[in-house]
Parts: sequence; structure tokens; C-alpha cells
Amino acid sequence: MNFSDALHLKYNIICELIENGSHILDLGCGDGTLLKMLAEKKHTYGKGIEISQENVIKCINKGLSVIQGNIDEGLEDFEGQNIDYVILNQTLQSVHKPDFVIDEMLKTGKKVIVSFPNFGYWRIRLYLLFKGKMPKSEMLPFEWYDTPNIHLLTVKDFFDFCEKRHINILKTILVRKARPIKSKFKRYFADIFAEEVVFVISG
Amino acid sequence: MPFAVIAEAYTLGNIPNEVAMKNSVGKVETKFYNYNGKITLSSGREFGPVQIAYETYGTLNDAKDNAILILHALTGDAHSAGYHSENDKKAGWWDEMIGPDKAFDTNKYFVISSNVFGGCSGTTGPSSVNPETGKRYGLSFPVITIEDTVTVQKLLIDYFGIKKLIVAGGSMGGMQAMSWAASYPEYVTKTIVIASSASSNAQSIAFNAVGRNAIFSDTNFNNGDYYDGDYPERGLSVARMIGHITYLCQESMHKKFGRRLQNKEKLTFDFGIDFQVESYLQHQGLSFVERFDANSYIYITKAVDYFDLEEQYGSLEKAFEKSNSSFLIISFSSDWLYPTHQSKEITQALVKAKKDVSFCEIKSPCGHDAFLLEFDTQTNIIKSFLKKDS
Repeated sequence: MNFSDALHLKYNIICELIENGSHILDLGCGDGTLLKMLAEKKHTYGKGIEISQENVIKCINKGLSVIQGNIDEGLEDFEGQNIDYVILNQTLQSVHKPDFVIDEMLKTGKKVIVSFPNFGYWRIRLYLLFKGKMPKSEMLPFEWYDTPNIHLLTVKDFFDFCEKRHINILKTILVRKARPIKSKFKRYFADIFAEEVVFVISG
Repeated sequence: MPFAVIAEAYTLGNIPNEVAMKNSVGKVETKFYNYNGKITLSSGREFGPVQIAYETYGTLNDAKDNAILILHALTGDAHSAGYHSENDKKAGWWDEMIGPDKAFDTNKYFVISSNVFGGCSGTTGPSSVNPETGKRYGLSFPVITIEDTVTVQKLLIDYFGIKKLIVAGGSMGGMQAMSWAASYPEYVTKTIVIASSASSNAQSIAFNAVGRNAIFSDTNFNNGDYYDGDYPERGLSVARMIGHITYLCQESMHKKFGRRLQNKEKLTFDFGIDFQVESYLQHQGLSFVERFDANSYIYITKAVDYFDLEEQYGSLEKAFEKSNSSFLIISFSSDWLYPTHQSKEITQALVKAKKDVSFCEIKSPCGHDAFLLEFDTQTNIIKSFLKKDS
């Protein structure tokens, strides 16, 4: 499976979570691939927020509405907009204030979809154990000094985070090789077998 | 023309007109529309008749729904694209953006560009003759606002029978575009605001005030009544020099001029022109005087200073409340006259007003003038935005 196929499969997981015609806000929407897919498959409407000029232009080229901005500055303008889903896809680990961003998302959207690479994945654990170096993988390809991923976390960390803050977890989808893992013991083995994870949460 | 010849022409930096003409709307002429009724100005005063200088490129379709109104900045004119004659050295002021297959594609759209009310390039302004007195208006011309310029443009749009249109402009043109979207929400389908602001900030008012004072302090100004005497060219050229500094930025000026001396090896120890930047500004000032009316400069800068959508509508959100338009807001990273945060304010208000809006800050070292220089990125963004379903 090549990289773009895998990406497509992962976007599909998020796509399946969203009802037809939903109002969405995609934070850190990148080049707009997911937004475009949602608009085509689920007839969603809404905007993306993206920090890089190059990506903003790519979004506009795709006919999407996008605002160049920094999600660490908050989502105040979007409050009271009746947004069904606020999406933070593979971006949580690179924001400066993840707790603040999640709070803002919960205030803004009826439901929030958060996905991130799981730093507790067994390969990553072994990498650190045996190599003694900051783990690198296809999902985390950067060196420690140039990585945008400044807030790496594990699935367990996120469960704890939600518990402490009384955030409702509506759905947890563990992902391995770009496909959902079907397991009865999600809660306990999640941290080991999931390469990444998608949460649906609400305030 | 064979490619080799074209390529050679480009490398020589001397593009024969024939070649340039091919990529443009070609030969165009400025036309005039005369409205004989009266309009009510923001000040409450009635004014008329009004003449509007305009140019059009492309063809208006039968449904009359493919029009784009291009709105010029402070000292622009109706001639935004093409050439007035085969011997023209310069094309219209936004020729790189308007034409076949360009950002504003004249194969598809009917592009209208008019000189602003209060201006001096064919539309009624202080240098026009008041039909009641037979004399030029001078300072008896009413103080006007950006909204008044839009009121006058609307006369032209009505004359064409257009009910749906796209509006686009940079700087003061962006203010007019926003004013259009706010004043005629049922007309505007798409609004493009470049390097602009929903209100003039204290700094930009200050620079305009200094410009106006330079004109007032010229003894030739004679209270605006100089048309039969000596022209206040010192004052107007200083005003232009000040304005020009605000259109550039430190980086672009440093790159362009540094501390290089003008046609000399050493400092002269007198008060003549030592530096290239001085010479450049003087040239800008003097060449401006030849094409621009001092009174128009006073009136139009005042209109820009008065512009404040928030004050006018109670809030920026309210200004756009009724609009059905999609919006594209563009700013430039090095623009300190209308800095990015002012474009963000517009964007935020549009988000709050639940409008369809995209915002992009283009990295550029060109300062405020970037909207007249950064063609590739602007073209890329605007083309996509215009293609989008509204």
C-alpha cells in the first residue's frame, strides 16, 4: 500500500463518521484533500483553517473556502456557528497549546473529531528501547530537532486527558495499517497495537 | 512572430508593442457616461450631473451576469488594461491581471473599470466645470466618501442593466469593493478585497493628512483655485513622495536603493540630491504632477480617511449581514500601510456573519505596492476563486 492510498483509507475513516450535509470546520486542513473528499462524498459545507500559504492556495485551487490562520490563537470567531463537526486531523501533536485547542473545539462544534499518531505503538516503544533514539516512522519521519510534532502523546494519555476534563468520548477508532482494528479489548490493548487513533468527543 | 524573435525581444527588456498587445485586451478606449440626474451624497448634499469615464474589456453576455467591476486605488484611472494606441509604451495599470486567460479572464468575463468620483481622469471631480457657474469646482466640490464613489459606479452598472456582478480592487479599490458588498448585497456575487482595510487606521490618516498639508502649504494652491494660474506642483509632488514611501517597505527600499549615490562617487556636502532614493522620490513626485490634480488628491485621500464600515453600520458583521457574496481577502506580509491584521479583521467579521470567505496572506517583500507587482500568486488565487460556485 503506497502512502497516498493509505491516506485515502484514513480519510475514509473520518468520512464515515460524518453525516450527510454536515457543517464542518477542519483545523490544520493542509492541502484540503479531506475537506474536498467530505464535500464530494458527504456534501458537507464549511471551511478549513491552515497556517501555510502554499496549502491555503492549494485549498483555494480545489474550490474550498479556507482561512489562513493559526489555530493556537483560538476559534472565537466560529462560536455560535452551529458547526456539527470540528476536525483536527493529525494536527493535535503539532499545536502549541493542545489543551486550549481542544477546549476551543469543544466550545465551537457539537462534536469534535481528533486523530493523532499513537506514540505508544509497540514499534515505537521498541525503537526507543533498542535504538535509544527518538523514534522515527513513516508517520513520524522527522528528526528530533526539526519535527513539527512537539506534543506527541499516546492513546492512554488521551483517555486520561478526557477523564480529567470530563470530556465525553463518543467513539474510539484504533487504526493500524490505515484500517480500523476490530478488538473487544480496545481500551486496554489500544496503546500497543494502534498506529494511530481517531476519537469522536463532545463537551 | 517566430518564437526566437519574441524571446530575443524579452531578453533585451524591450518588448515590442505587437508582442505585448497579443497577450492583452489590445487597443481600448476610454468612454464616458453622463448621468444628468442628481445623487445624494453621504454628507446629505445633492450632486449632479455626473460624468463617468470607463473602459470595458470582454463581452457582456445575454443574461448580463458575467460582469466584473474593477476598482482602482487612490490615483488610478479607468484605463486598467490594454493600450490606447499602438505607440503606447505602457499598458493599463492592472494589465497583467486583466485580459484573455489572465486572472480576470476577458474571454469569460465582461470587465468594467471606471475612474473614481472626485478623480481627474474623466469622471467628475474638483477639476471639472460646474455647469451652474461655468467655472471649475475647485474647493466648492462637495467632500465625498468611498460610499459616494460606489453610488456613482452604481449609475454606470444600472446603465448597462447589470444586476449581478463581481467586484474586485486593491487598497482603496478594496474599500470600494467592501462598500459595494455592504451597500448592494443583492447585486454582488463575489467580492475580492486586496491589501485593504475596513477602516483607515490612525497611521494611514496621518500620512494622508501630511500629504494634504503639503498641498495646502504650496503658495500656488490658492485655496484650490489654481486652474488659471501656477500649479501647486511642489505641494502635490511632496504629497506623492510621502505617499510613495508608504507603498514600499524598508526591505524593498533597501534592496532597490541601499545607500547608493545618484550619479556621483562622493557625498556633495550640500542639499542637492545625493542618494538614489532621493532621486527616485523626486522623479515619482514630478511625474505624478503631470497626471494628477491636486484638488482630486485632497478629496480622494479625505474619502479614504473617512472610510469606516464599522462606524457606518454599527459593526463590521452588520455591514456584511445582508450580503450574498463570497469573499476573497488577500493581504501581503510586508504591507505596513494596510497590514495583514486589518485583513484578518475583515475576515473575522465575515466568519462571524457566516459568510463564505477565504483569506490568504501572500509572502512578499514589495510592501503595499505588492498588489500591483505580485501577479503570479494573485492570478492563481483569483482564478480559482472566480471558478468556484457561489
